[in-house]
Amino acid sequence: MKKMGFAEAIDDALAMAMAEDENIIIFGEDVHALRMNIRVRFGMDRVLAAPISESAFLGAAVTAAMSGLKPVVEIMLVDFIGTAMDALLNHAAKVKFFSGGKWNVPLVIRAACGGWYGDGGQHEQSLWGWLAHIPGLKVVVPSNPADAGGLMLSALKDPDPVVFLEHKLLSDYWLEYMGSGGRKTVKFDIPSEGVRGMVPKKWHPVPLGTAEFIRKGQDITMISVGVGVHRALEAAEHLEKNGLFSSVLDLRSVSPLDKEKICEAVAQTGRMLVVDEDNCGFGLSGELAAVVLEENIQCKFARVCTETTIPYARHLEEKTLPNTDRIVKAAVRLMEK
Amino acid sequence: MKPDLWKLYRLMYSSRLFEEGVQRLWEKGLISGEMHLGTGEEAVTAGVMDHVKEGDALALDHRGTSALFMRGIDPVLLVKEFLGQPGGLCGGMGGHMHLFSPEFLAASSGIVGASGPAAVGFAISASRLRSGSIAVAFFGEGAMNQGMLMESMNLAAVWELPVLFVCKNNDWAITTQSQDVTRGDLLERARGLGLISKEVEGSSVEEVWQTAGESITNLRSGNKPVFLLARCIHIEGHFLGDPLIRLSRHPIKEGGKMAGPMIKALLKKKGASISEKTKVLKDIGGMAGEVIKKQDIKEQDPLFLTRQKLSVDKERLLNLENEISIEIEKIFTTVENKHSQEGGQA
Repeated sequence: MKKMGFAEAIDDALAMAMAEDENIIIFGEDVHALRMNIRVRFGMDRVLAAPISESAFLGAAVTAAMSGLKPVVEIMLVDFIGTAMDALLNHAAKVKFFSGGKWNVPLVIRAACGGWYGDGGQHEQSLWGWLAHIPGLKVVVPSNPADAGGLMLSALKDPDPVVFLEHKLLSDYWLEYMGSGGRKTVKFDIPSEGVRGMVPKKWHPVPLGTAEFIRKGQDITMISVGVGVHRALEAAEHLEKNGLFSSVLDLRSVSPLDKEKICEAVAQTGRMLVVDEDNCGFGLSGELAAVVLEENIQCKFARVCTETTIPYARHLEEKTLPNTDRIVKAAVRLMEK
Repeated sequence: MKPDLWKLYRLMYSSRLFEEGVQRLWEKGLISGEMHLGTGEEAVTAGVMDHVKEGDALALDHRGTSALFMRGIDPVLLVKEFLGQPGGLCGGMGGHMHLFSPEFLAASSGIVGASGPAAVGFAISASRLRSGSIAVAFFGEGAMNQGMLMESMNLAAVWELPVLFVCKNNDWAITTQSQDVTRGDLLERARGLGLISKEVEGSSVEEVWQTAGESITNLRSGNKPVFLLARCIHIEGHFLGDPLIRLSRHPIKEGGKMAGPMIKALLKKKGASISEKTKVLKDIGGMAGEVIKKQDIKEQDPLFLTRQKLSVDKERLLNLENEISIEIEKIFTTVENKHSQEGGQA
């Protein structure tokens, strides 16, 4: 075991895989700078800087993946994926189905996501529920360095398209780039456990669709991904002082979902509290409720999600995103139900 | 038509001081997230905006502050918006990348290239509801490779819409040199999509004013849509805290931070051949050179150039600058005092 940063872990696992598999290539906007160290090690032809033409280069990545390569396509921020959505929705996600299972699209789409640094509603979205809604796409959202590296390795070994989302609050260079810009005058509520932590000496894949308990308690089951896991943990610690004991389940991947672990976790407490930085309606939180209902698990349910477009103003943004205070209040109400 | 250089200088100088004030607020940490300033491109903005009048629409990109400022919006509303106050232009909901003003028919977007379709839509309305009015789209040369922008140029040509597409070309798309990711000629490209294509020296406010003026006059009377390509600089790079600008200003400190991990990566066992690695290092060296050149911009600063011309009447120039700096200072002192009194959330 050794200590590593969240962002460093992703690139380290990626580099390890690139050393083993020459067909892995990276392309996207600004990757010559964002992945400078990978480019220095593996050469120019494996890290290709693209023009601001997402629909073209993501579309191209689909067939590049179908014809022998393993592209890792970077879309900078997941908010920008809108312009390239057709490549994902109608192509990457459907080729395997249309070809009768004969043709896979082994593609990794890497994008930064999430808020908490005051950049407004076009740069801070999560969108994992929206992406996971599409059959044929896998979506992973790590919450700590060890998972980040392990999930990247799994994404690269997967035969199907995987969207790998990297939360900006956990990724030091993204937060520096978009949030502080070299300033020491701005503060962020950064979960230290997520930003830096122990990682294995050599990377091993963390299988997609395996959730993990971060904490166990008999009263409430909190379920989350990404930064939400850390906000849930903080809320759980606070609640414990008042004699309320919570489990925290880190999904790690939104699609596929670890349905078995989710059902097991909820059955243990009979109370499910979903903490989701993504939009509330028609998304992950509702899906989790459906998962347990389908298995006839009786539970009380509450969710703390993002309910409007994320405001630019920091104090409004803080209220809009699932903050610790909202989670604590929701937990207390859930106990009173 | 002959430009009133004093009037244009007033627009540019006010905008520069205003944005420098915004920069100070950002540095103090009172503005969150990114901040894209238009310092360096004022001649392009002023040269176009001086022709924009009531009924005309503005499709702005992530760098729209100076255009709205020059359009005559109450600057206090802008500062309050940047500070995230409820009294801001958009109640603190949008921030500088999402400035919206129904009064001035101005809409912004932080998605590169989105100002193209936005301007086309405004122009459809203009042609049906406000005959003689036009729509202006501002964007950078990086956006020229975005499909929706190219599509909207063709659309404007097909539907014969009064759109002025203004491309502000500073040669860089964040940390990417546009020449590395663009082929063909941008003027030819726009011409190929059915637009009238014109190039101007974007550091000369007179030249921009002249060409934009002729184009807008023609658009008002129903001529083909126009593409205006104007070279400019961005003094603060892509956004405040731009890593390339930091590197060019503090090469030893910032370069030193990069060197360690890069050497570590170079020495790792599996990887490209030595000659391939040398090629990458040469490329990075070339980029660093370009970055350092970026700071050598005084001769291209439109304010410096215009000021030189107006220096024939030094007294008038100094009086004007003095008058403007008092005006701008007043905007910030009013807002800032209120902001600190009310705990930063006024």
